[in-house]
Amino acid sequence: MAEHLLTVRGLTKRFGSNTVLKDISFQVERGEVIVVIGPSGCGKSTLLRCINALEPIEGGEVLLENDVVNPGGKNLIELRQKIGMVFQSYDLFPHLTVLKNITLAPMKAQKRKKAEVEAEAMALLERVGLKDKAQSYPRELSGGQKQRVAIVRALCVHPELLLFDEVTAALDPEMVREVLDVMLNLAATGKTMIIVTHEMRFARAIADRVLFLDGGDIVEEAPPERFFTAPETERAKRFLETFEFKSVKARPATP
Amino acid sequence: MPDLGLEVLFKGQNMVRLLGGLGVALKISLIAVGVSIPLGILLGILMAGKNRVVKAILRVYLEIIRIMPQLVLLFIFFFGTTRIFGWDLSGELAAIIVFILWGTAEMSDLVRGALISIPKHQYESGEALGLSGRQIYFFIVVPQAVRQLIPLSINLVTRMIKTTSLILMIGVVEVLKVAQQIIEANRMVSPNAAFGVYLAVLVLYFIACWPISMLAGYLEKKWR
Repeated sequence: MAEHLLTVRGLTKRFGSNTVLKDISFQVERGEVIVVIGPSGCGKSTLLRCINALEPIEGGEVLLENDVVNPGGKNLIELRQKIGMVFQSYDLFPHLTVLKNITLAPMKAQKRKKAEVEAEAMALLERVGLKDKAQSYPRELSGGQKQRVAIVRALCVHPELLLFDEVTAALDPEMVREVLDVMLNLAATGKTMIIVTHEMRFARAIADRVLFLDGGDIVEEAPPERFFTAPETERAKRFLETFEFKSVKARPATP
Repeated sequence: MPDLGLEVLFKGQNMVRLLGGLGVALKISLIAVGVSIPLGILLGILMAGKNRVVKAILRVYLEIIRIMPQLVLLFIFFFGTTRIFGWDLSGELAAIIVFILWGTAEMSDLVRGALISIPKHQYESGEALGLSGRQIYFFIVVPQAVRQLIPLSINLVTRMIKTTSLILMIGVVEVLKVAQQIIEANRMVSPNAAFGVYLAVLVLYFIACWPISMLAGYLEKKWR
């Protein structure tokens, strides 16, 4: 019997009269990596924000194990510490050094000992190749470095589930790789993750399961091999085709 | 070399009197600054808050103080209150009251601006890390707001010092008034005194305000 870490049941989200998420249901097992893909505006990011209660929802529920995650709900602060989130725009705290960015929540929200938290932060920074940046300020880092710090910051709170919201979308192409490598590394160590991304080859490499979202619905849900080679729905096929380019090199032979 | 009338400055107690006038101007502005900065911070926090009634009232206060020229406010408090309420405020006290009202309004707007300029994402990443609302405010929002605020509020201090030049209109003998008295007294012997004495006043204001401006510039660079 698989252990469900996260249960999303009948989740409905509206902005005004616009329904962004329609009755979404899925479950995530401990240690599973879910990749959510779909065209822009399909509600992927909103889904992640609802899981972390950054958005109020109009229907359904989000359960972390047996606890309801809900804006204004009780234990929300404790629950959020179990759900780490990394944003597209990094959102490091500009007035704090890298090390202080990472240790703020463990020390203030979790009341952990400074020495212990700093040792852990340094070990994590070393793992992502940024040990020498501990005393730098965010403005002194490249986008890829900032995003790796943001990942470490989320990890240091010891979340059971990690949410990644298009974390490479704002990066220069040559910096995308360093961030994706960190995430592959996390997946290899058995972290439970939900990843929203447009990097299809990365999705294929990291996912245990792909959720294809379109128009606020889960249109297709499949293991990555099947989804990327033989999608069942027409919409998923069309979406995947947008990432392919037909060669124009095959010009007619000149006599 | 034309006669600049500078010799008047070194006659008798003139220089000491000018410095005394500057002292009066600085005393009034610094008392007002000392009261209006904490009050402004408090009102600014309320203005950035959620209570609509409080926000509307403070908005009206801010707009009234902003729209009225400081001179009109000074006249209302010095002459107006005497007629209406029979208060006999000294010029200095009326000036301090007006400067506190004005400084508080300006400061509250600076604080409000600094607080609302913190992007929503800063709050959200704090929330996502499991920080409480209060922790987000004290460890993330306030430190960033203060960094923006310090150069702006220092500039407000220099503006308040310079604006004290208006209070001679309600009979307070500050540096500009002393200068006028000196010029009047020497009209016959040094007709060019106006130039030299006002030049001295300019230098005095500069000496008072320049270090403060330098400090603002330094902090702005340091925290950018």
